[in-house]
Amino acid sequence: MINSIPGEKIAIILKTYAYCHDFFDAMVVDYPPKDKYHLTVKEYFESLDSYELQTKGVEQEDLVGQFVSFLENMEERQKSVQWNIESLTIIGGQNKHGEQENVSICLKPGDVVSIVGPTGSGKSRLLGDIEWLAQGDTPTKRRILINETIPPQSWRFSIEHKLVAQLSQNMNFVMDLTVEEFIKMHGESRMICDIEEKIRLILEKANELAGEEISLDTPVTALSGGQSRALMIADTAFLSSSPIVLIDEIENAGIDRKIAISLLVTNEKIVLIATHDPVLALSAERRIVIKNGGIEKIIETSRNEKEHLHELEALNQKLMNYRELLRTGGSF
Amino acid sequence: MRLITFSGPPSSGKTSVIISTIRALKNNGADVAVVKMDCLTSDDKELYQKENVPVGVGLSGNLCPDHFFITNIEECFEWGIKKRVDYLITESAGLCNRCSPHISGVMAVCVIDNLMGINTPKKIGPMLKMADIVIITKGDIVSQAEREVFAFKVRQANSKCLILNVNGITGQGCTEFATILAQAQEHDAVTGEKLRFSMPAAVCSYCLGEKKIGKEYQLGNTRKVEFHD
Repeated sequence: MINSIPGEKIAIILKTYAYCHDFFDAMVVDYPPKDKYHLTVKEYFESLDSYELQTKGVEQEDLVGQFVSFLENMEERQKSVQWNIESLTIIGGQNKHGEQENVSICLKPGDVVSIVGPTGSGKSRLLGDIEWLAQGDTPTKRRILINETIPPQSWRFSIEHKLVAQLSQNMNFVMDLTVEEFIKMHGESRMICDIEEKIRLILEKANELAGEEISLDTPVTALSGGQSRALMIADTAFLSSSPIVLIDEIENAGIDRKIAISLLVTNEKIVLIATHDPVLALSAERRIVIKNGGIEKIIETSRNEKEHLHELEALNQKLMNYRELLRTGGSF
Repeated sequence: MRLITFSGPPSSGKTSVIISTIRALKNNGADVAVVKMDCLTSDDKELYQKENVPVGVGLSGNLCPDHFFITNIEECFEWGIKKRVDYLITESAGLCNRCSPHISGVMAVCVIDNLMGINTPKKIGPMLKMADIVIITKGDIVSQAEREVFAFKVRQANSKCLILNVNGITGQGCTEFATILAQAQEHDAVTGEKLRFSMPAAVCSYCLGEKKIGKEYQLGNTRKVEFHD
């Protein structure tokens, strides 16, 4: 069907496939086409000045082919992926000293596992192995199985359908966009149709997480650290289709981490969090202990720990209350 | 021998990516040589020498770097053959974003980074639009969402390429990249091969050393800005 598109009229194409605008903008001279809307795509491309195209770095005879493959690509992207992820298995390799890890751990959707260990012990490396779907080809020699089988190599390279989303330690925004434009553009890259609704939802959830209110017209680069994180977490929970989320230390500052985790979990994702925070570490059902670059052991959160968790949470809440009190000019 | 041409804007991480790639290729038992093409000076020779691979450096000086590249690629190739390596990697900077040293049938890699801004992919000419592989670096300092948006923008500018996120500092991604390079076409020579895209023309009086401003001094291939008020 796509192959017949070069014979369609420009006006119709632009109406049917709004995202074509980007292609024309990047590849074509004399755009918008002004008095050429009645031409077919092929005729339009042929009507362009080939010298002008050359100066833009485009070869006229290739345009039709490039346009077709652009459309094919966008169509492929629109197909919603059914991941059907039932399990993620980490099979141990070796630590920095070459000693065997002799462990394996299996995670299911909705599971939250924390990763603990001193700074520099290799927590991020474990997250890296998972993101890379390592098959014994990283320094740790770990292997990652999906649904108990080796995932296809192509998953590693797929930009369109990524299995793993990572919230990294450095959560800076560099794009020169407002919050609204940013979510919109991210939604477009994922071919999401009801984008207005998503923008509303993401903003609402981000504001539940962040202490300070985020507004749609704030430039993303002007957000505070806490606001950035809140926006990214809400964005990951509601826009990203990736079924596995890796979090490298949600910082203490400025966001409600418990809500953050529950947002991700309710969306049936597998969540791994590298953290130094006891509340976060204990709120997971299991924790992986990292030492000398290797997995030292896996601990199930005991009933005793769960009971202590309440105390820690209360303590944490107390601290937060004081923080809020002082921030708003109070005293005691 | 497999020839791999690397190009990319300055500071995008070409050299770091190439160094990690050399290590990965050597791990697989392959021999590699590098030719670095630069304009004025290049400090990268020492970096490559540390990797114990043969290094050649070409400085284009007064000449257009891409014209310089293509008039020298034959000699570079012969040098690589003489060194009996399996891979010859060339590195050149795409200074004007219009340039492209990519040759038909020769694996062409473009390195860009996440910090360049979302409009950059469409602004870069054949260097990106006609590359086989686009490597995106510096992903560790931006958010997941921005990585996705940036990769999407690259995809819109080049719908056929393979897009790889590589960390230039840790080299993560280069092991995989090296396995892809192993599938690159082999050549006995490059003589007679064709550029994927014509290079920007540059034959005017300023090419020949003219310094003065003014219409009467402008000869040859020139173009004027059009103002549409």
